[in-house]
Amino acid sequence: MKVEIMSSGFGGQGALTIAKFLTKAAMKEGKHVTWLPAYGPEMRGGTANATAVISDEEIASPIIGQSDILFALNQPSLDKFGPSVRPGGLMIVNSDMCPNPLGRDDVEVVNIPLNTLAKEIGNTKVLNMIAIGVVIEKRQIIKFETIVSDLTKFLEKKNPALLELNIKAIRKGMEFVK
Amino acid sequence: MSEKILMKGNEAVAEAAIRAGCRLYFAYPITPQSELIEYMAKTLPKVNGTFLQAESEVAAINMVYGAAGTGKRVMTSSSSPGISLKMEGISYIAGANLPAVIINVQRGGPGLGDIQPAQGDYFQATKGGGHGDYRLIVIAPSSVQEFADSASLAFDLADKYLNPVMILSDGLLGQMMEPVEFKPRVSDEEIEKHSEMHYDWCMRPNEDGPNHHHHEINSLEIDPEVLETHVNKLAEKYKKIEENEIRYEAYNINENNEMVCCAFGTAARIVKSAIDTLNSEGHNIGLIRPITVWPFPTQAIADSIHDKVKNVMTFELNLGQMVEDVKLAVNGKVPVGFYGKVGGVVFTPEEIIEKIKENLGGK
Amino acid sequence: MKVIASRPKALTDAQFTYCPGCLHGVAHRLIAEAIDELGIQNNTMGVAPVGCSVFAYKFFDIDMAEAAHGRAPAVATGMKRARPDMNVFTYQGDGDLAAIGTAEIIHAANRGENISVFFVNNAIYGMTGGQMAPTSLPDMKTTTSPYGRKTSDVGYPIQVCELLSSLIAPYYIERVSLLSPTDIIKAKKAVLKAMKFNTEKRGFTFVEFVSTCPTNWGINPVDSLKWAKDNMIPFFKPGVYRDKSVEEAK
Repeated sequence: MKVEIMSSGFGGQGALTIAKFLTKAAMKEGKHVTWLPAYGPEMRGGTANATAVISDEEIASPIIGQSDILFALNQPSLDKFGPSVRPGGLMIVNSDMCPNPLGRDDVEVVNIPLNTLAKEIGNTKVLNMIAIGVVIEKRQIIKFETIVSDLTKFLEKKNPALLELNIKAIRKGMEFVK
Repeated sequence: MSEKILMKGNEAVAEAAIRAGCRLYFAYPITPQSELIEYMAKTLPKVNGTFLQAESEVAAINMVYGAAGTGKRVMTSSSSPGISLKMEGISYIAGANLPAVIINVQRGGPGLGDIQPAQGDYFQATKGGGHGDYRLIVIAPSSVQEFADSASLAFDLADKYLNPVMILSDGLLGQMMEPVEFKPRVSDEEIEKHSEMHYDWCMRPNEDGPNHHHHEINSLEIDPEVLETHVNKLAEKYKKIEENEIRYEAYNINENNEMVCCAFGTAARIVKSAIDTLNSEGHNIGLIRPITVWPFPTQAIADSIHDKVKNVMTFELNLGQMVEDVKLAVNGKVPVGFYGKVGGVVFTPEEIIEKIKENLGGK
Repeated sequence: MKVIASRPKALTDAQFTYCPGCLHGVAHRLIAEAIDELGIQNNTMGVAPVGCSVFAYKFFDIDMAEAAHGRAPAVATGMKRARPDMNVFTYQGDGDLAAIGTAEIIHAANRGENISVFFVNNAIYGMTGGQMAPTSLPDMKTTTSPYGRKTSDVGYPIQVCELLSSLIAPYYIERVSLLSPTDIIKAKKAVLKAMKFNTEKRGFTFVEFVSTCPTNWGINPVDSLKWAKDNMIPFFKPGVYRDKSVEEAK
């Protein structure tokens, strides 16, 4: 198995952390992983993106030309990276910020109002966890338990309330596509 | 070996350097190596080490020169424009036979260029850059793990040969996160031993009473004949390094190769992906990846040209620099082609597949 | 027979390579005497510059590093940080310290780096053959200011002690001269003070010597002393520009 992931959005939306959480969880599950951010002035408020590769075999190139999964958190990201999703791939599109669909019918598209759902949970920061929930349900690249245990380690003492919200957000994402 | 940690290359090499016994680090901020200097700033004070942000790249490398003169493990890091500024100091360090480690997290050039990954400093690193006849040992890692491992290798080689060692990385390796396993941290006793091995020449307190030493850290020899002897001694050292320290990876090199590719660092990762795809389609393509780009694996490349090899392709993130060394190694046996990307633009595996296909059959 | 004068232990037997009448030998001797008197020959290292005193590493019988032009304070910083148990000094000329090495000296001073800097100011580049220095006086003729230093074109000589004493960190800054036996005795006291503070890890100490260059000034050694007194001293005024030990004693 080898999955190539592109995650893109405005700086601060959490595109980089989506890819990073998936990478970290996959590593914990014994997979080979790479995570590569686009860096530079872009990270300050412009568009930010990161690629992640998760594989059973050693990963040669961390640079990807096409992706199997795309997280498009805003319209420019969808326009830029949508066309290079492989046929049969998965596009998770933040419908709150992507008014114009690409109209591809050879990929699986999940249109999900990430901002609205995050607001319902009570914290826009958990937008990225909702997106991760979608991918956990749709593609078996990482397990729900792995990411929860990672979050628990990270937040249990520091901010238990936020931990609770994050877990709720993952569940919400999973339920949305069930 | 400890548990795997997901880390950026810049941070991993910093941690590995500290574990290898580096307690002195002098540098100046520059993108895309900022995480490295920041990691050192955060971590060195916790191990009684010295972190100092210098007023300039020039000052930083000269601080390295001074500290290296005391025989202790010392390091600096920067990115391309900053490395250019350090070149004077690097020449002095080489001329004075001092051990030191310099990391270059390369970005696009020339001039200010940009801050994206590139390999345009190959000539500078391997052919000089500073003035005079000298060589740097240059290690070119291609994964975060290898980037981290290169730290202790670099210090060991620097100590062994009394020579500056450069780790030639790039923005991609610096910024990318991969799982990395670290060697255990060397003990204070081992750190003491690292510097004791230099006691016969380094600057240190006199403990032997009236018959004290007078050690000079110096690259100046005003008498041409004395300088000639000095430089010839350097040449002998470089010869020994060439005999003993060539490192490379031979990937799918065999008697039935139809093409051999050459690439180093980040570029080699992408070429490997392309080769994997093509070989799964029935081709037989090999890759020589120099790990030390100086000393260069000339013989390994020559030996990889088996009977069925029609041509060699070199891939770099520059206008074609290492390809000159590849041509010398191939020595006209088969044609040597080149494909590169510049300006901080990185090729994709798909582009490499296309280029290889275009050139298969010796075209 | 009673020995009343001898070569300081901290100097090697190597013969100085300086011109007749040059005062580098005097400055070297003062530093070597101070090392002897403080008993620090075994744990002191020095940095030689590029300039006439480029061979200073041969003359001081201690561990020495030869620095690139202007970089002595950075090299000394590396040495001191690596070996905080040792005393470190640099020996620099005016071109080295106040032109090509301006950034290094200001930042070493500003860090309060625990080193002593000895600065020999003779208002000219000696080794390269008498070119204009950052400390060359207004209207002074040199090989690169053949019509005299035009202040409207290349500015005024840099007064390094004044410049450094605008910084908060330096511990001790004094300008002395080497122009008469009395001046040399005063200079010796300053050198001793600077190095003693260094052994006590009090911070950055700096001594400027107003000196001469008979060869490149084209004036004989004796007249050079008078020329310096008449022309340099009014501009480079001797005195203590900073002494935190006095403030601390209060």
